[in-house]
Amino acid sequence: MSARIYLPRDAGALALGAEAVAAALAREARARGVTLEIVRTGSRGLYWLEPMLEVATPSGRIAYGPVAAEEVASLFAADFLAGGAHPKHLGRPEEIPFLKRQTRLTFARVGIVDPASAADYAAHGGWLGLARAFALGPAATVEEVVASGLRGRGGAGFPTGIKWRTAAGAKAARKYVVCNADEGDSGTFADRMIMEGDPFVLIEGMLIAGYAVGASKGYLYTRSEYPHAIAAMAAAILAARRAGFLGENIQGSGFAFDLEVRVGAGAYVCGEETALLDSLEGKRGMVRAKPPLPALQGLFGQPTVINNVISLASVPVILAEGAKAYQDLGHGRSRGTMPVQLAGNIRYPGLFEAAFGVTLGELVEEIGGGTASGRPARAVQVGGPLGAYFPRALFDTPFDYEAFAARDGLIGHGGVVVFDDSVDMAVQARFAMEFCAIESCGKCTPCRLGSTRGVEVMDRIREGRDVEKNLALITDLCETMKFGSLCALGGFTPYPVMSALTHFRADFTRAAAA
Amino acid sequence: MDIAMTDGYPRHAQPEPAWDAAQASALISAEAGREGGLLPALHALMAAFGCVPEAAEPLLASAFNLSRAEITGVIGFYHDFRRAPAGRHVLKLCRAEACQSMNGAALAADLLARLGLEWGGTTADGALTVEPVYCLGLCAMPPAALFDGAPIGRLEARRLAALVADASRVEQTA
Repeated sequence: MSARIYLPRDAGALALGAEAVAAALAREARARGVTLEIVRTGSRGLYWLEPMLEVATPSGRIAYGPVAAEEVASLFAADFLAGGAHPKHLGRPEEIPFLKRQTRLTFARVGIVDPASAADYAAHGGWLGLARAFALGPAATVEEVVASGLRGRGGAGFPTGIKWRTAAGAKAARKYVVCNADEGDSGTFADRMIMEGDPFVLIEGMLIAGYAVGASKGYLYTRSEYPHAIAAMAAAILAARRAGFLGENIQGSGFAFDLEVRVGAGAYVCGEETALLDSLEGKRGMVRAKPPLPALQGLFGQPTVINNVISLASVPVILAEGAKAYQDLGHGRSRGTMPVQLAGNIRYPGLFEAAFGVTLGELVEEIGGGTASGRPARAVQVGGPLGAYFPRALFDTPFDYEAFAARDGLIGHGGVVVFDDSVDMAVQARFAMEFCAIESCGKCTPCRLGSTRGVEVMDRIREGRDVEKNLALITDLCETMKFGSLCALGGFTPYPVMSALTHFRADFTRAAAA
Repeated sequence: MDIAMTDGYPRHAQPEPAWDAAQASALISAEAGREGGLLPALHALMAAFGCVPEAAEPLLASAFNLSRAEITGVIGFYHDFRRAPAGRHVLKLCRAEACQSMNGAALAADLLARLGLEWGGTTADGALTVEPVYCLGLCAMPPAALFDGAPIGRLEARRLAALVADASRVEQTA
């Protein structure tokens, strides 16, 4: 007999043993004389169930997970290739509540398609956005993205279409599209999942951006910490070129565009767009003062559209389905869907893409199932290492750029990191300053010196020395960093520090009281 | 595609090859014609030699028409570029918040204390370098690590001890 199995090669699934499962499946199939095709996919993002395999049956895919290599023989014995009963049987993946509750637009294909196959991408609705863009023409494509309400998913939330309009209007012989795939925020992995699970959607998004603004060259800048994403993107770029989607006269449109992957070298600040551009130019990743805007003078001084992975990967579905369908989803001025990443000490960690507006409490308690440790959740850091720590009292905050800003927080790139009641928030505040000191590019004084002074002040507070005086000092220092820094690294480090102090003050005064 | 890498770079079964100026020049000139080719050139040197030794600086300066100071500045800016090769195995332990939330900091501190190392240090037998990393995108399975480029999730003390033992065992048989 012959059968087909889907098994993720996503780095998260590999970290939980997917490779050993693949080897066991191949070995057991050989021993039983079964011809087995194992398609390596991205992850569905239900990480507590990884490694999760799916069997193709006449009634659709049937999932099993989390599967250990030692369980593979028992799966065969249970006739899992026909969807047989087994303790790890999960049924149809789409019916798993965590997935069923989602609205998957940007992540529609992740975990389903073969990320190495341009043909599979086309068979699952790929390239339709590009075809529509070619039919609309560049100017109308820009306006479609403006009308969708899409805002930068990297963290800043700037309207993507406005960036494109600025770059499109710039006159230059050469323009660039740069994809910011330098996903360095702790608690985030959405960019990684797209690159490993559906790299063609990112290529298509970059092609549409290039066509819309008149750029001929694209760079995807990602992290050395992401070797699997780098390999997946490089393979997809080759496949796209072979299929006639990169190079000269793409699909007979007359449009020419090519794309290259560039790899960073372990500097967090290169996720800041102007530092990224300097790094791409082969320099130290130092932040630039704005203006000039990158849309007018970006890479090598040329007009450059620089967007996050998720922003670009959301463009094909916006074009294919129309701006209105996207704009109809959401909450307030946050339109469309947001891939929220549930991470840290959480029972059901994973990727949850839904329209804006779901509350933090729903995400953590209901969808995420509370903590992994079983202890009460005490603090949740939203938006990466520069995001605020929210206490349970703020769990009613809806996931929305403005709603988080109104409570002195940010949604950033959508990372949600849960801590249980064993956390010491003064330690977390110290770490925020330490991280800023390690990663500061050094260009501006508030960040370069302020972060080091911040670590020292936090150490004195934790030792119980002159606590009131030092709390006033750290508050003042945060004020200086917030308003005096050139970019978000120094400017936003005060968010975790001050939110920890505001909402968990007892952790800062405990040493003095003892 | 199977990926076996140390430090994000292709893994050598043998110790890193000795410095070879001709080979280095060839690697550098292959990248010098590209836009912003300096980082790709530095990555190529890292992949070939496991480090970017000082001897590479004049070659880079000449190929990219930059001052030696500018080259030194770029190398020093990025955490990845080493001046001397790492140990035969590299363990990158995530120090970021999601891993902290699941006891990552204590796990790392115990390991470093047991090995008598600071962050970035290499064991006396040259078998293992332990490096800090700030997020591997494995925040849904914390604490996380990369061991010779292979991702590991839900790391615990026993698994960590086994990795360390593996590293020194391979050393002995090599």
